Amino acid sequence: MDLSSINPILLLASLMVAATPILLAAIGELVVERAGVLNLGVEGMMITGAVCGFIVAISTGSPWLGFAGAALGGALLALIFGVLTQVLLSNQVATGLALTLFGLGLAALLGQGYVGIKAPPVAKFPIPLLSDLPVIGPVLFRHDPIVYLGITIIAATSAFLRYSRAGLILRAVGENHEAAHALGYHVIRVRLLAIMFGGACAGLGGAYLGLVRVPQWTEGVTAGAGWIALAIVVFASWRPWRLLLGAYLFGGVTVLQLNLQAAGVALPVSYLSMAPYLATILVLVMMRSGRAPGSLGQSFHASR
Amino acid sequence: MIRLEKRTAPSQFWTYAAPVLAVLLTMICGGLLFAALGNDPLITIRTIFWDPLFSEFSWYYRPQLLIKGAPLVLIAIGLSFGFRAGVWNIGAEGQYILGAICGAAVGLAFYPTESVFILPLMIMAGALGGWAWAMIPGLLRVKFGTNEILVSLMLVYVAQQLLASMALGAMRNPDGMGFPGSRNLARYPSATSWINEGAGLHWGVVFAFVAVIFAYITLSRHIFGYHVRLSGQSPRAARFAGVNPGLLVLVCMGIAGALAGLAGLFEVAGPSGLISIDFNAGYGFTAIIVAFLGRLHPIGILLAAGLMALTYIGGDIAQSNLRLPAAAIQVLQGMLLFFLLAVDVLTHYRVRIGTRKLA
Repeated sequence: MDLSSINPILLLASLMVAATPILLAAIGELVVERAGVLNLGVEGMMITGAVCGFIVAISTGSPWLGFAGAALGGALLALIFGVLTQVLLSNQVATGLALTLFGLGLAALLGQGYVGIKAPPVAKFPIPLLSDLPVIGPVLFRHDPIVYLGITIIAATSAFLRYSRAGLILRAVGENHEAAHALGYHVIRVRLLAIMFGGACAGLGGAYLGLVRVPQWTEGVTAGAGWIALAIVVFASWRPWRLLLGAYLFGGVTVLQLNLQAAGVALPVSYLSMAPYLATILVLVMMRSGRAPGSLGQSFHASR
Repeated sequence: MIRLEKRTAPSQFWTYAAPVLAVLLTMICGGLLFAALGNDPLITIRTIFWDPLFSEFSWYYRPQLLIKGAPLVLIAIGLSFGFRAGVWNIGAEGQYILGAICGAAVGLAFYPTESVFILPLMIMAGALGGWAWAMIPGLLRVKFGTNEILVSLMLVYVAQQLLASMALGAMRNPDGMGFPGSRNLARYPSATSWINEGAGLHWGVVFAFVAVIFAYITLSRHIFGYHVRLSGQSPRAARFAGVNPGLLVLVCMGIAGALAGLAGLFEVAGPSGLISIDFNAGYGFTAIIVAFLGRLHPIGILLAAGLMALTYIGGDIAQSNLRLPAAAIQVLQGMLLFFLLAVDVLTHYRVRIGTRKLA
């Protein structure tokens, strides 16, 4: 075992990359949950996004169109969930699980002809000047644009929820849908939009896995990332900036575990691979999470 | 304008008709999917839903129905208790794997001694393994208020890694010339769960039927079943009725875990035969569909598991005869769950066409 082979700067830089897919999926789910909807289908939307992004990227040759396609695919799949839970008033937990099972099958079906093909490369975009800083430069400012996009979405979501009128309406719908309805807001419409935003973000996160992290399509490429994203939303107590902390924590565990594997630690690979999942459980136990949105997981029917 | 009006009580008619309607809608949409994949929809639907039961080779497929159905029934019955009480254990796949590992460990430890006590010991070990794995999310929820959905699911991934390490390490067959996987328990007379391999009958099938009867009596006749139903419909009322919510969570989790563990054990000691890396076939997740399709009712679950087993077998036939991709069956099963949840609206709401009457 040679721990000195692990370079801390490279470790931190790859931590940011490893955290990005979880971060993207989690911020989408955070908005959905703040609107009072519990969508357990993140894993399904992520993997569908991954396969849609991969197919579009391969057929157009442009990874950016791939990311757009992934967001669209994720949003469309989320719309199925939205219609079922909001219009047909089905149980959100069961529908979310169904979405995951369906998404995994759909992705495997769509991705059949694409196994083993390499994705078009995603160029890095070092930020001028800042990337030349010692230590901070390589860690923070020499990534591909999607890493920056993830952080931008966090900032934008935080500002949206905190300062905008629409954000206030969304929070009202999530805290008490009866009151929001009585005030004349369209609960169902707000929730459907939030659900589609969540799907688009999960799709982006999935595409990041398929196009950047593992630049090829393999079945089950998400390997539970969607579930970890759900856990991080609880960890963050439904606050955007704390999401960043959670995602980097998990990115850190994942990267460290991979580095330890490469460094040849005496533990078998299987036990090291358990680490991110065990860390998730540990964090769920240790974090006294904040208060969940008041109407989380409840169906809304106007005539009640 | 179409609008929904809440029924005062769930419709008796739609409680039974909704699953049938969902299956029909799935067949129609599935047919469209198969057509899009370039298969003849009618032939494919017939291959999946009809041929396993009534074709000339059905003598081979009918026993398969028992083999695939038994684990689904066992797991889904266990899950139905929790789902009724609002305890969302979705990590049955992990509990299934742990049951298989623990049960197989006992069997392999006794190899090659022959004794009538080995299989009962394995059954106990399997149930205990699944139970213990389910107790982790259960205890964490009761003690720390963690979300059992996420914890039980994370434990599935942990269990899969544990399974891989067992198949490659501790349980590897010493006479297997280095190939991953354990000794074949189905070929070890004292450990095998087979009763009659040709008829597809193993102890898991027997236990599945016992579980259905046990669950039926518990839910409809016993105070515990009443508490389970009450907690699901109104947790506050249950508290007043003297239900200990923490204990209820643990018991529901425990039943689900033990039954999933049993399913895993019977699978590893019979149809599958050995612990291998990809030993688990997703029964733990399909059982969630089975539980909902069967309306969380024991008899319903029995029928739903039969239907699900049919899609597995029919899917295999369609895969080999019609070159239908395996993932298409997974999509079909997901679709079934979607339609089921969608038509459920008819059970609880009336569809009214026209404008709202003034009160």
